[in-house]
Amino acid sequence: MQILKINGKAVEVHAEPDTPLLWVLRGELQMTGTKFGCGMALCGVCTVHLGGEPVRSCITPISAVGARDITTIEGLQGSAAETLKAAWTAQDVVQCGYCQSGQLMSALALLKKNPDPSDADIDAAMAGNICRCGTYPRIRAAIHQAAGKKIA
Amino acid sequence: MKRRTFLLGAAGTAGALVVGWSLLPPRQRLTTAQPLAVREAQAALNGWVKVAADNSVTVVMCKSEMGQGVYTGLAMLLAEELDADWAQVRIEQSPIDKIYNNLASVVDGLPFHPDDDGAVKRVAGWLTAKSMREIGVMMTGGSSSIKDLWLPMREAGASARAMLIGAAAEQWKLPPGECRAEAGKVLHASGKSASFGELAMLASRQPLPGKLSLKDPARFKLLGQPLRRIEAAAKIDGTARFGMDVLPPGLLHASVTMCPTLGGKTMRFDGAAAAKLPGVKKVIAVEGYNGGTGGVAVIADTPFHAMRALKLVSVEWDHGALAGVSSEDIYRHLAQTLDRETGFGYYSQGDVDAALKSAAKTISAEYRAPYLAHAAMEPMNCTVQFKDGAATVWASTQVPDMARSAAAKVLGIAPEKVDVQVQLLGGGFGRRLESDFVAQAAAIAREAGGAPVQTLWSREQDMTHDFYRPACVSRFKAGFDAAGNLTAWHNSSAGQAIVPQVLQRSFGLPGAGPDKTAAEGAFDQPYEWPNARIGHEIVDLPVPVGFWRSVGHSHQAFFKESFIDEAATAAGKDPVAFRAALLARHPRHQRVLKRAAELAGWGQALPPAADGAKRARGVALHQSFGSVVAQVAEVSLAPDKRIRVHRVVCVIDCGFPVNPNLIRQQMESGIVFGLSAALYGEINIVKGQVQQSNYHDFPALRIDACPLIETDIIPSREHPEGVGEPGTPPIAPAVANALFALTGQRLRALPLKLA
Repeated sequence: MQILKINGKAVEVHAEPDTPLLWVLRGELQMTGTKFGCGMALCGVCTVHLGGEPVRSCITPISAVGARDITTIEGLQGSAAETLKAAWTAQDVVQCGYCQSGQLMSALALLKKNPDPSDADIDAAMAGNICRCGTYPRIRAAIHQAAGKKIA
Repeated sequence: MKRRTFLLGAAGTAGALVVGWSLLPPRQRLTTAQPLAVREAQAALNGWVKVAADNSVTVVMCKSEMGQGVYTGLAMLLAEELDADWAQVRIEQSPIDKIYNNLASVVDGLPFHPDDDGAVKRVAGWLTAKSMREIGVMMTGGSSSIKDLWLPMREAGASARAMLIGAAAEQWKLPPGECRAEAGKVLHASGKSASFGELAMLASRQPLPGKLSLKDPARFKLLGQPLRRIEAAAKIDGTARFGMDVLPPGLLHASVTMCPTLGGKTMRFDGAAAAKLPGVKKVIAVEGYNGGTGGVAVIADTPFHAMRALKLVSVEWDHGALAGVSSEDIYRHLAQTLDRETGFGYYSQGDVDAALKSAAKTISAEYRAPYLAHAAMEPMNCTVQFKDGAATVWASTQVPDMARSAAAKVLGIAPEKVDVQVQLLGGGFGRRLESDFVAQAAAIAREAGGAPVQTLWSREQDMTHDFYRPACVSRFKAGFDAAGNLTAWHNSSAGQAIVPQVLQRSFGLPGAGPDKTAAEGAFDQPYEWPNARIGHEIVDLPVPVGFWRSVGHSHQAFFKESFIDEAATAAGKDPVAFRAALLARHPRHQRVLKRAAELAGWGQALPPAADGAKRARGVALHQSFGSVVAQVAEVSLAPDKRIRVHRVVCVIDCGFPVNPNLIRQQMESGIVFGLSAALYGEINIVKGQVQQSNYHDFPALRIDACPLIETDIIPSREHPEGVGEPGTPPIAPAVANALFALTGQRLRALPLKLA
């Protein structure tokens, strides 16, 4: 048994320590907003925040989590997150939507570190998140919008 | 003659069955055989819409949402004619019923040239539409949803509106003709007003209207507007439910490993060590179903327990018929086929042999394209509960009734005993037109003693057990007169055909005859060749092939639009002007081409990239799924010679633009999808085994390689055409042509690699 701090709440989990965080979230905790895509940290759909940093939950065993806060898409709250979600809505970013939880987690982590990212900053921070539907142009626009830039 | 003989034969698949049927007009797609299920205080006004006392208007959605925006686009059709308040519109996935069968895609599958509007085409289209209503399938694909439901869903809206008005008129004792609907209410000049919710129950007891009138497009309020996606909020807050997000109580999880050789099966396995691990319920062998490959599955209490235990299972495989097949041999075999054959003739004009013989100049070239995986972000998965002789299937599928049949067959029950719950699709791209994974999940659930089981493939299993875009080799010859005018166009390609394989694996029918999807993009194009012959030879191979976004167009557009660029170069002409000269009788195509050239600044100097690298432009024009798309790509080379695409200008004529926002999204999507294939995509098969396994060796375009994309939509009042796929075909040739302009290297193989 281990206590994880997820979205501000202490949660008791019973999975073995080598279980990747992704499968604890999706399995035992039935929090399905975080997705499975590749299992090798190649696609980013499983991105969550660990101690405020974006990590790939598919390769992060719960034994490595320790006391750090975990934030998932379900816990994406606060003014920065709401601004980001509003920008995602305004730009109508999503298509199939499967990768979008991961995209949003990566985008929020970027904006927390760099409130006014350039295109190059966005590309560098978001290159770990694949979208097969090709929502990238709108992701760029939404991040700029969330950063307060005027969008044409 | 050969072509026509085949066509009548194809239409005649139905021919034997159609005697005595009459062609049903779209309105006979109005009501389902079984009444729709409704919740309390909700009434179904026909097979497409329910209205509830809370004023919600629930659109019954027979198409699968896989990112293409169909929930929004189709709901707009119905809401427009219903005069619903868009904010009150909800979406609910439909049951399986014949009224939802996809007619448009089947008629589009007939191998006619778009310009051929002759009697044979009309008769074949009519017969096919008629028969598909009865024996056809519910299918989301072929960029056909709006085209298929343009009339039926508008008529459903108009019919429901008439019933709501009828109810109000009855209540108010006024003539219906004096009442009108607006934004979710029925109104009368006297000031009387009733909401749809108040009228729903009474409306449901009104007779179906005998006569319907659809709005004049000038009165459209929703159609033509760039509305945002109706399901976006759930995809932003993480509550959207995809196939692998279903959580029935008592859910077990299965992980599978399939024979690494496609089509192989399990000879024997040892699951004893796996069975001892915590959480493991069962280790079983599974057959290859519906064209799939056999393997071994572990059923456990959690996904991780199933995956971890699977690693301890040792399997001895029977590698089967593909064990000797490698892609290099296949390319050689396809080329050798073209040494002997020119293929089944899909199109001919004039006398191409004579024109080539008398030409002042000729050129020739050979092109090739590899197998491709779909690599949708959501790996294949399906959840099945089989209990008391009935089953529930939760699946992300593009073909719910084929999925139902596949599960029913495996479980040995009637299809009516299988309830298919279609979930959101985490990408489809054609992969989810197959039901191999559904049948497999049913076979696994059969062993679970009534518990629901979610079978989830790893990315590696997904990529190595796909139904791949077929590899293809294509040869061209072109002839010119002394003035540099194109006088002859000869094209033969060879590759596997998809439809015969699909018929075999889905229906057990022997597939035969030409397959339009193999040659589409080569023969069905607008260029006015004075003399031409375009053929395709089907080469039967056991590699499982399937529909990959834009299907034949995906590679045929690359071949054709690259070679026409070669022809322009040989003729010493500008690529845009050269194409335009071949479109004298096709003003629609000319307009699209010229608009793209204008927006891209074609002919004007192009400043270098930020790092000083020289840039160049390339153009491509292609017609697919009824729409015409031109793209101009701007490229440069990075210092390490990596190909960079900076900007893509895209112009589309898709008929009436139902929702310009969704059309732009689909152009962006199609371009990015096509760029992944153009720059990186290649599946190699060695001894029947796919060598690529995950996104590291089958890369997808990432944001740092994504160009600026500018889309322009040609205004039109014509019947709406497809948008989900037509953005994909032109991008590879546009980039290849730009690379030729930049480097002088003509790249004739995908993915594009500079020497």
